[in-house]
Amino acid sequence: MTGSSAAPEGSGTGTGPVTAGDCGKLLLLQADLDGELDTAAAAALAEHRANCPVCRRNVSAVMAARQALRRATYHRADPGLLRAVAGRLGIAQPHPVRRTSFPWRGLTTFGAGAALAAAIILTVLPAGRPDIVAALVDDHVRALQPGHLLDVVSTNQHTVKPWFDGRLDFAPPVKDLAAGGFPLVGGRLDYLDGRSVAVLVYSHGKHVIDLFVWPASGHPRVPSRAGRDGYNVAHWQANAMSFSAVSDVDPAALRQFVSDWRQTP
Amino acid sequence: MGSDNAFAAVALPHLDAALNLARWLTGSRADAEDIVQEAMVRALTYFPSFRGGSSRAWILQIVRNTAYGALRARRGERIADYGPDEAAAIEEIPDPADDPEKSLILSDDLARIDALIEGLPVELRETLVLRELEDLPYRDIAQITSVPIGTVMSRLWRARRMLVRAAAMGDRR
Repeated sequence: MTGSSAAPEGSGTGTGPVTAGDCGKLLLLQADLDGELDTAAAAALAEHRANCPVCRRNVSAVMAARQALRRATYHRADPGLLRAVAGRLGIAQPHPVRRTSFPWRGLTTFGAGAALAAAIILTVLPAGRPDIVAALVDDHVRALQPGHLLDVVSTNQHTVKPWFDGRLDFAPPVKDLAAGGFPLVGGRLDYLDGRSVAVLVYSHGKHVIDLFVWPASGHPRVPSRAGRDGYNVAHWQANAMSFSAVSDVDPAALRQFVSDWRQTP
Repeated sequence: MGSDNAFAAVALPHLDAALNLARWLTGSRADAEDIVQEAMVRALTYFPSFRGGSSRAWILQIVRNTAYGALRARRGERIADYGPDEAAAIEEIPDPADDPEKSLILSDDLARIDALIEGLPVELRETLVLRELEDLPYRDIAQITSVPIGTVMSRLWRARRMLVRAAAMGDRR
């Protein structure tokens, strides 16, 4: 073990002792890889990173650990535990959520009972918003039919992004993830929940990943991870936009795609 | 009843995360389920003092404290309480000639990866699980594990490095 000098707790500067394994920027580098640095700090580090062999090695260590962790078991609660917890809390036994014509308004409009049910179903049935997950998967599958996948064919984000201008009432962010193994192949317009949405199409090996993008405000809550008929859906929100990635790649690859997307400026 | 339902709406979406953390801390699904039940009851008690912020971090903090209590009680094991100089303990990664990263990436044995994580000291294991399986930011991990962010950073590095090294050692055998 090296680096025995007392670095202050919580300093988080990454300016640790300089050793063979630490160029002094180790924790800063790690924070960068974890998406914890703001743009200015990341840019300041980039210059150093580009020329530092120690950083290069440490990047591969962090990435190796990350890739391994993607294949680690995620232990999920089963319905029995949910029932047991509900029982201990004195909450009415969870019951299956009835389908309503406005399923995603439940949390705000239908009161506490529906809120509980929605909370429960989001928890134990990752595909618990069957309508929206089904709609995403259906759109994805339909697009895989010959001739339906792409309205604009380009691996260049600077071509794809302007193509959406004037076709949508919002400007979807478009990113190039080729470096991470997810090259952009183009985009299309699609229809989801009664509105037009942008779909960015990426490839991964022989698989296609559709990334649906639409403004987040007032729009359906989608479970962060769901699956249906062998397709996986990953959902997140950022900068007032909703993102749903849909693909038949394995869940680990989809998570990597999401992580790469979120960490690419 | 109304406030119980408000609590359920805040807490129950984190049931998977709660079980996952408890299971990785204890190594036992049965223990983890007991801990999650106990933690949810405690969380309901504390709910009136929940001030917003990340409900996931709040719930996981309670789960983690409950799990540590259970670990102490069941194993009679003292959970290491790391002192302030821990943050300095940043170790070098092994000789790059070993190419340990490759062995970790190429390992298709999922049980082995789980075993490598199980083999980490508990404070490194929880930090790594919260970061990589729950995708939590440093700030939330610091709250859940009750340490400064600097300690989260050094624990994460040590955890990753140990994982890579353990994979390389296993391959050599």
